[in-house]
Amino acid sequence: MSSTTETGVADTASQSFGGVQARSEVALNAPRIAIKNLEFFYGDNRALKGIDFLIPDRQVTGMIGPSGCGKSTLLRVLNRMYSLYPGQRATGEAMIDGMNIVAPDADLNALRAKIGMVFQKPTPFPMTIYENIAFGIRLHEKLSRAQMDERIEWALSRAAIWDEVKDRLDASALGLSGGQQQRLCIARTIAVRPEVILFDEPTSALDPISTLKIEELIDELKRDFTIVIVTHNMQQAARCADQVAFFYLGELIEVAPAAQMFTAPKHPKTQEYITGRFG
Amino acid sequence: MSEHIVRSYDEDLRKLRDMTARMGGLAERQVADATRALVRRDTELASEVVQRDVQIDALEREIEAFCVKLLALRQPMAADLRVIIAAMKASNDLERIGDYAANGAKRSIVLASLPSIGSLNGFERMAHLVQENLKAAMDAFVNSDAEAAHRVWEADEPIDAIYNGIFRELLTFMMEDPRNISAATHMLFIAKNLERIGDHTTNIAERIFYAVRGDSLPDDRPKADQSAYAVVRPAGE
Repeated sequence: MSSTTETGVADTASQSFGGVQARSEVALNAPRIAIKNLEFFYGDNRALKGIDFLIPDRQVTGMIGPSGCGKSTLLRVLNRMYSLYPGQRATGEAMIDGMNIVAPDADLNALRAKIGMVFQKPTPFPMTIYENIAFGIRLHEKLSRAQMDERIEWALSRAAIWDEVKDRLDASALGLSGGQQQRLCIARTIAVRPEVILFDEPTSALDPISTLKIEELIDELKRDFTIVIVTHNMQQAARCADQVAFFYLGELIEVAPAAQMFTAPKHPKTQEYITGRFG
Repeated sequence: MSEHIVRSYDEDLRKLRDMTARMGGLAERQVADATRALVRRDTELASEVVQRDVQIDALEREIEAFCVKLLALRQPMAADLRVIIAAMKASNDLERIGDYAANGAKRSIVLASLPSIGSLNGFERMAHLVQENLKAAMDAFVNSDAEAAHRVWEADEPIDAIYNGIFRELLTFMMEDPRNISAATHMLFIAKNLERIGDHTTNIAERIFYAVRGDSLPDDRPKADQSAYAVVRPAGE
């Protein structure tokens, strides 16, 4: 960690990649995204302070912390969503495939094809199920009808919703249940074949069974995709994530393999937060 | 550590600590009374010890059920999770300790009807150390004191040393006169029980250390029980 601050020093020393972790069964893969001294500003307000950490390839990184801690901001930084808003800027590094995501001259089209995002509330477009998936693909690629059909079946199957919608691809996506809509959105995201998928509280609007289906899906998707998930549900982070990062007041306090994070976190602030002692 | 946002959670954890401390206290008393019954050849006290064992068993079930409830309803994390697991495992060790004390008491009832052999000084000293350690372990649990738990863990060695002495002494008595075998065998078991109680106490100390620190004590505990090799020592040991 680059600086000592009011909440202490983030413990990134425990992040070891590509090797066997002594006390947890999951070893972390080589990093897909390397974040270095990342800072983010809403106008004059510094919302992220000197963030340093590594997001392992084809594993799930969970980001937890109280509201306003910076976890969603970091997600927004990773797909440059903030560029849509004036007065918001990031400094430092977030490297993916040799490209710095936050560099002003980063190719946003290339970036958005690499990094997909799924939001808290399902956001189906008011069109058919088929068109919901085809829409995103057409922005990036020119496919024949047959190729398109094939890609759409692939995406819907990977999102574990194909069997439920294959007979009504021409029906409106708005007629699907909340859980189905969210899986449709995941299908839309993976249809453009990104490398990284960002999930921003993807199940907070869903019932428990739909939630478990999404979690099962995340577990399935991590074989091919690098996944970052922001969640308010600690148990969800415990269930889904290989690595968990705890944020507080814009700082990364601690990052560790999930098993360690939820049994023996090192930082007292992490301990207080995950045991429900905050405040 | 500060209090939980949900206050009833703190009350639950306090209750768990109290139950475990109560069980520890009961186990300590059983060990003390069983030893007293042995030394004084007091069969009445020994019978009381045997009968009281059900209370320890009941407490173990109570603690286990309470822990299962906490795990299901509170979904504990980190230090909370560790202390609940520690209490559950410690209650298991305490239950075994209770069994060993009751078994010793049963044997002392038999011993009271046989002529006494040798001195019971070794037993008294051993029981004293075992009790001291058990008490220190339970205090460490109540106070979340990892250092104290570590000391308990290291303090088992002298108990093993006394056990070795008793083992050799009783072996000698048996070789001298086969009529000693019956009493000596019971005494051997009692000594072994005390030694086992010492080991379970170190288990409890390990749980406490983990609960407080989130880190385990090393795998190798200082051990001095050599009785397995008292007669024949295998090559290379």
